[in-house]
Amino acid sequence: MTPIPDRSGAEARADVPAQVPAPEQTPALEARDLSVVYPGSRGRGPARAVDGVNLRIGKGEIVALIGESGCGKSTLARALVGLVRPTGGQVLSQGRPLDYSAKALKQYRRHTQLVLQDPGGALNPKQNVYDAVALGPRLHRLTEGLPERVHGALARAGLRPPEAFVGRYPHELSGGQQQRAVIAGVLALDPMVMVADEPVASLDASVRGEILKLILHLRDELGLSALVVSHDLGLAWNIADRVAVMYLGRVVEQGTVEEVLLHPKHPYTQALLSVIPNGAEDWRPTLLTGEPPDPTAIPAGCRFHPRCGRWAAASEADRAAAACDRRELPVLTPDGARAACHLLEPNTLLPETV
Amino acid sequence: MTTPTATASRPLLEVRDLHVTYRQGGQAVPAVRGVDFTLAPGDTLGVAGESGCGKSTMALSLLRLHGDAAKVTGEVLFDGENLLTTSWSKLRAVRWAGASVVFQGAMSALNPVRTVLDQIVEPMVLHDRVGPKEAERRATELLDSVGIPARRIRSYPHEFSGGQRQRVMIAMALACRPDLIIADEPTTALDVMVQAQILELLGELVRESRIAVIMITHDLSLLAHTCDRLAVMYAGRIVELGPSRQVLKDPQHPYTRSLSQAFPTIGDPASRRAPAGLPGDPPRPGENDQGCAFAPRCPEAEESCRSGELLLWPTGPGRSAACRHVPPQHGGTS
Repeated sequence: MTPIPDRSGAEARADVPAQVPAPEQTPALEARDLSVVYPGSRGRGPARAVDGVNLRIGKGEIVALIGESGCGKSTLARALVGLVRPTGGQVLSQGRPLDYSAKALKQYRRHTQLVLQDPGGALNPKQNVYDAVALGPRLHRLTEGLPERVHGALARAGLRPPEAFVGRYPHELSGGQQQRAVIAGVLALDPMVMVADEPVASLDASVRGEILKLILHLRDELGLSALVVSHDLGLAWNIADRVAVMYLGRVVEQGTVEEVLLHPKHPYTQALLSVIPNGAEDWRPTLLTGEPPDPTAIPAGCRFHPRCGRWAAASEADRAAAACDRRELPVLTPDGARAACHLLEPNTLLPETV
Repeated sequence: MTTPTATASRPLLEVRDLHVTYRQGGQAVPAVRGVDFTLAPGDTLGVAGESGCGKSTMALSLLRLHGDAAKVTGEVLFDGENLLTTSWSKLRAVRWAGASVVFQGAMSALNPVRTVLDQIVEPMVLHDRVGPKEAERRATELLDSVGIPARRIRSYPHEFSGGQRQRVMIAMALACRPDLIIADEPTTALDVMVQAQILELLGELVRESRIAVIMITHDLSLLAHTCDRLAVMYAGRIVELGPSRQVLKDPQHPYTRSLSQAFPTIGDPASRRAPAGLPGDPPRPGENDQGCAFAPRCPEAEESCRSGELLLWPTGPGRSAACRHVPPQHGGTS
């Protein structure tokens, strides 16, 4: 039997009042039944990278999208900013479906900006910080008062004083400063939503915290909404209001940070949490075995069942009742169930584990 | 082979006053500025620090892997032999057979046009002088022990996933049954789940065969679970050294403290919506020659921290730290 992590100790210490800003009626950004299927190549079937996702980012809300490589989280992020056209479902911005005409997309991207993992790669080595930050405003013909706009964005991104940075080239900046310059480029367009794909994965430990602080600060000061894509659950604990855990193209668990990280319901979330070293003497991670998930060969039934400890440990009767290997799971919706797992349902004999 | 008593009396690796200086554009850039430590057979030492702190440079210089690009001084005694002054032929014998390296990027460390079997067999044939048949049998066994099935051994590196490639690297490092493995960020590019698998595997193999390990990473919490002792490096020097759990739970150096806070404990209210960071940037090699290198970013720095030389001194049983605010205490070792 796979031990299910007991996080009750953590829960007792974490009576933090949930200061989740009440999301207004219309979400800033929403994915509705979104799917992105890449055509098959080299004899493989089509890859269902995003396979039916409902996700909502409220105004002024920070949502963390968590998952391993290959789970489709980056594809989802790109679909949300209009870089990848969904093959099914919709992206809604401020309640309106995304218009994929070139003109509308350009306008859309002004308000919904993408920040990538590697700032060194995102910045043009031959362009100084001023031109890098001014690039977006110039594309959008916001040339009036451009220097003030650039300097303001740099200051808000924490590159102070801006005068000291405008003339520098990327190689003259540290990793943290480069990521700040990228974020300044985003801020220069007064966006409403920022989608950040692993914004701190390539940064040093001490710099990581500074960039996360900046994202939190931008939300508090400017009311910026953010979707932060990461494999790091600690990041969610540090800055997010809500979490969605993705596995093989689907959201398998969602909820507030406190719900998902302190009372995980899905066995995948539980396994992800268990492998984070916690300093305890008796730390025993739940290691998932089997091959990393492959979006060209999604298992039937529950897509997690081949690696699921709960399924492996279930009795014959429970297995027959749950039928995880055959029975499809409903797609989670933001207002619906917390986790997509047959072995959570009340009609199974297994006790609900959390 | 040494007898157990001889082993106990002599460390496997003794590093004394190690300095590594790169030459860059006519300038000497000191990357490692005086590192001392010893490793007994079967010891596991974690080296933590941020990029540019010299941790990889330090570890790779032990086997003179920098070639002529860097000037290395001090002593690296491996089984009593100084690797920094020994002949190339003796050094070659130590590489692989005595001490091997697991590099960070398995994709660039493996040869893309040769099968993984060929690549593991090669050092065995060269160093252990075993026949190709025997080498192949051992390689198959090794790959099996890291979870690569026999049917995949004639595959090329690109046919494996990142985690599998890193497993192949570990199998290669074990090929000639070394006494020491140097693992340079062995799991950095991998997912958390794969990372946990690899570390578990490495830990198991090492425990079974009493191989000593130097593991380098920036993730302090990871090291505490995989290594007995922990060395924290900053600006080319070890600033704290001690038993892993103690260093993580009760860090003495302010830099160790901030590094350990950078990875939050989920459930800890103190870090909820409060990411911990450290203002400023890690110093570039060559900067800050005066006083404590951490002083410009240290929340506890005083005027006296900015001058003079600061050394690692004993601060408790098995512990040492290089901070003026930590009182020296006898009984500590480095």
